[in-house]
Amino acid sequence: MSRVIAARHRRATDDPRWAKVLVIGSVMAFLALVLILPLVAVFAEAFRKGIGAALEAVGNPDALAAVKLTLITAAIAVPFNAVFGLCASWAIAKHDFWGKSFLITLIDLPFSVSPVVAGLIYVLVFGLQGWMGEWLLDNDLKIIFAVPGIVLATIFVTFPFVARELIPLMQEQGTSEEEAAVSMGASGLYTFWRVTAPNVRWGLLYGVLLCNARAMGEFGAVSVVSGHIRGLTNTMPLHVEILYNEYEFVGAFAVAALLCLLAVVTLVLKTALEVAQPDVRAGRGGH
Amino acid sequence: MTAETAERRPQAKRPLFRRRSAIPGFGLTMGVTLTVLSLIVLIPLSAVVLKAAQQSPAEFWSVATSERALAAYRLTFGAAFIAALVNGVFGVLTAWALVRYDFPGKTVVNALVDLPFALPTAVAGIALATLYAPTGWIGQFLAPLGIQAAYNPVGVTIALIFIGLPFVVRTIEPVLRDAAEDVEEAAASLGASRFDTIVRVVLPALAPAWLTGFALAFARGVGEYGSVIFIAGNMPYKSEIAPLLIIIQLEQFEYARAATIAVVMLAVSFTMLLIINAIQAWSRRFA
Repeated sequence: MSRVIAARHRRATDDPRWAKVLVIGSVMAFLALVLILPLVAVFAEAFRKGIGAALEAVGNPDALAAVKLTLITAAIAVPFNAVFGLCASWAIAKHDFWGKSFLITLIDLPFSVSPVVAGLIYVLVFGLQGWMGEWLLDNDLKIIFAVPGIVLATIFVTFPFVARELIPLMQEQGTSEEEAAVSMGASGLYTFWRVTAPNVRWGLLYGVLLCNARAMGEFGAVSVVSGHIRGLTNTMPLHVEILYNEYEFVGAFAVAALLCLLAVVTLVLKTALEVAQPDVRAGRGGH
Repeated sequence: MTAETAERRPQAKRPLFRRRSAIPGFGLTMGVTLTVLSLIVLIPLSAVVLKAAQQSPAEFWSVATSERALAAYRLTFGAAFIAALVNGVFGVLTAWALVRYDFPGKTVVNALVDLPFALPTAVAGIALATLYAPTGWIGQFLAPLGIQAAYNPVGVTIALIFIGLPFVVRTIEPVLRDAAEDVEEAAASLGASRFDTIVRVVLPALAPAWLTGFALAFARGVGEYGSVIFIAGNMPYKSEIAPLLIIIQLEQFEYARAATIAVVMLAVSFTMLLIINAIQAWSRRFA
């Protein structure tokens, strides 16, 4: 009976069929133009001279050095920000104190700073003309135009990723489970490990995933502090830039295709996580 | 008397800034959070302000408002504004299609919306430059029409459309999902047409989220570097964005000048951040 009615009368919140087709059609066309076409173009350009040429460009020693530096940078920056995110979310979500929302704003700050400015600030602190320039020179330490600067700039631009994922998640979960554990005599570390960590592990993974994608792909901030020394301070995105500016298009797009694969894998894992664990999306805003 | 002191005592012992909690680890995690935040974000950011402040106010003003800098701000803010508007339109349509309609490939579309977050900006930059160059897949159709899409402000806008899209979609989506459909049903049952319902009931309710998404996309566009420089052409006074101007000053070892432009951009970013927070506080009053 009710099915008959449903078939005859549209629900008040249903749009007419032509409107649906129009909206879905224009959305698909827009996304194909803006998102899919660039992705396809990268692979088309990479394989323009055949798979051999593309593989050769990726196997080039400078390209391999860039891949290695990108992996090293992410291997330091991502765990660093994960530990920071866990500390910050424990302090913020499990305790009450004055100025909490201001602290959250400060943690979010790197998202609203231009990547170029993010690089600039470290040049002003650690560069030759910077605050610590002379001291670093005297002690034979190099941060700018070297790997530590690249790692620092990467940590800065990916700073909020894990924290902003975990803070809303932990706030939503409340403190009652931890209070129960502590009142029964569990130590703080034990409570964290056996009660909190299992509750937030998928959210943590989600944050780490996004953090890693940005860490491996960061360009502006790293470009300012790197000095572009081939084989030494070139990350993959910087290597892409150098090859592109030298009109080595096959090489540039071959390395770019590797980064595209990273992006696609990130999106697939992220979608799989969202489907399996709908909570992880709970705290996500626009980033 | 004794009863009175006993009553007062716990209050006197309570720290001013924090309510006591049974959960341990506040001191440690808060200490780590504040230390890392200061060392990575706050102190380096203050370096740029102090560097800019080394100049006299007159010098600062003349650098901040030089012809070339003003041209760069106009391009950066103008392109970011137009791109955010375009995303404002297609972002709403995309969010609407994702929340209200079922269509084949919806999961893929949903994952794809986040591509600009996952794809390294330099990769997006060279892909867009290749597509929209006069010989590119899209550029070759625009060239006979007399439209040049790459290496000018149009190219900058195209890159910023790519970068900003997810901000609008992901800000509107949850609001649309939580919106009560019974309001729309009420409007329909009172005789409003579907069009009237959407324009007068649905869209006004989305306004705060739309503004937030617009502001986020705009703020991101203003600071964006990697995806823009390949397609911009980078001609002084014509297609040179503000972040690039910082890099150019830096390459000429004009640190104070670089810091000056950076301070102007930081001021804009923080203003945007305040506006976004204000919009969100304002929308919560109606929630």
